[in-house]
Amino acid sequence: MTSALLETENVHLYYGEKEALKGINIDFKPNTINALIGPSGCGKSTYLRCLNRMNDLISGVKITGTFNFKGTDIYAPDVNLVTLRTEIGMVFQQPNPFPFSVYDNVAYGLRLNQHPSKTELDEKIEKALKKAAVWDEVKDDLNKNAMAFSGGQQQRICIARLLAVSPDIILLDEPTSALDPISSGEIEATLMQLKSTYTIIIVTHNLQQASRISDTTSFMLNGELIETGQTSKLFVTPDKQETSDYLNGKFG
Amino acid sequence: MSSQQSNRVATIVINIMVAFVVLILIFLLGDILITGLPHVTLHLLTSPSQSFAAGGGIRDQLFNSFYLLVLTLLISFPLSLGAAIYLAEYAANNWLTSLIRTSIEVLSSLPSVVVGLFGYLLFVIQFKFGFSILSGAIALTFFNLPLLIRSIEGSLHAVPRSQHEAGISLGLSNWKTIKGIILPAALPGILTGIILSAGRVFGEAAALIYTAGESAPIVSYTNWNPLDSNSFLNPMRPAETLAVHIWKLNTEGVTPDAVSISAGASAVLVIVLLIFNLSARAIGNHLYQKGSGHK
Repeated sequence: MTSALLETENVHLYYGEKEALKGINIDFKPNTINALIGPSGCGKSTYLRCLNRMNDLISGVKITGTFNFKGTDIYAPDVNLVTLRTEIGMVFQQPNPFPFSVYDNVAYGLRLNQHPSKTELDEKIEKALKKAAVWDEVKDDLNKNAMAFSGGQQQRICIARLLAVSPDIILLDEPTSALDPISSGEIEATLMQLKSTYTIIIVTHNLQQASRISDTTSFMLNGELIETGQTSKLFVTPDKQETSDYLNGKFG
Repeated sequence: MSSQQSNRVATIVINIMVAFVVLILIFLLGDILITGLPHVTLHLLTSPSQSFAAGGGIRDQLFNSFYLLVLTLLISFPLSLGAAIYLAEYAANNWLTSLIRTSIEVLSSLPSVVVGLFGYLLFVIQFKFGFSILSGAIALTFFNLPLLIRSIEGSLHAVPRSQHEAGISLGLSNWKTIKGIILPAALPGILTGIILSAGRVFGEAAALIYTAGESAPIVSYTNWNPLDSNSFLNPMRPAETLAVHIWKLNTEGVTPDAVSISAGASAVLVIVLLIFNLSARAIGNHLYQKGSGHK
């Protein structure tokens, strides 16, 4: 058994008085794809956003629990948010490339903290776009505005933008729900390839997608973690009745 | 009346109202341009104005209008950009923010003649700026601030929230996200707002009579030292603008050709304003297409 890269224990989140997460414990092992499933409003996106402290932006949110990432607490007061978010990056539901060229999009994170030479930058950008499996489609149009590409291509440009800064963990918040089936399939194939180098945590509404690509699945309901385990087991012989009901489409 | 009939009646009434608005505009523009354009000659645009004799031009007034506009924008743009960024990105939803918003609303509804008299008392008299371009530019800044703040804030709000999240998730600080992503994305809207507010500043008269003054002293257009009193760049000299000149010609003009100069000057003013408005649309569209990647 390899040890976990990210361990979360007893995670509670409050929006003012309302308790949105009621004690979540999930561990994530390196080089795995981990799916978070559950009906809308169950807290899976909220939980995902705790992992790179995106919830810090929202006023009135209180988060408790431990988040152990490579031996350090994500919420320790001396944590550098810039470093944290380059180590734990995020891809969103709506593709959100910046309104600049493809090249500048992918270069953005790289230029932030270092001053790479032009050749170094070119190399890293090509590598990131190749890893995100979008290089062949954009290599002749690197100076074209990223907004001009299709939704699936934009989403993979966003993944490339993230990969360029070499994160350890990639968080994906329903990355294919705004895309057509073909683009979704391409994103899934990309994620399968990325598994060898990265740890992926993906929130998805699409149960087939979770069962196709993930190694572990966690099922959440009303802010609680109902069940977490190997995807192959959870989908076939879930321990809890709620999980079975959800997977069989009885609610949600 | 059946719903089909009432629909037809409503459509007709709305169309008539629109046609009425457009007709007013065409009538006004047509009247000004038809009476004014024949008087717009090279001589009018390049000669200094005359106080008593015929044959004066509007050279200095035209330049003063542009110079005042530039100075006003130099003062008001940074201020409104900062205020708009605060309101759009930082302000919490509380009583302080609504107080600030109300103050801006009130500022935008102040009558221009009151602002002019206030500027006269404070800047011209109290601060001893005298009748000067600087006094005028500060008075015009009062008008320009609410307009600019509102248009810039609107452009910033129009940038999708997801762009903000993208920046934050890449590890950018809030300020770096605003500076590097939100502002460039909002640029087309901001530019359009600047140009439209420039039109308002360019055509303003009442606030300037008491601040920038009603005289256009002869200045040297080859003296580039702004501290020199006869330099065209000197901000401390009185400067009658085109709009003020038109007002003066029609109230106390004693030159025999006051009417024709006024008509010509009005045509020039209207043409410049039209150019501002049309270029605002053209530049906005162009930048929007470039920024969004749509053709």
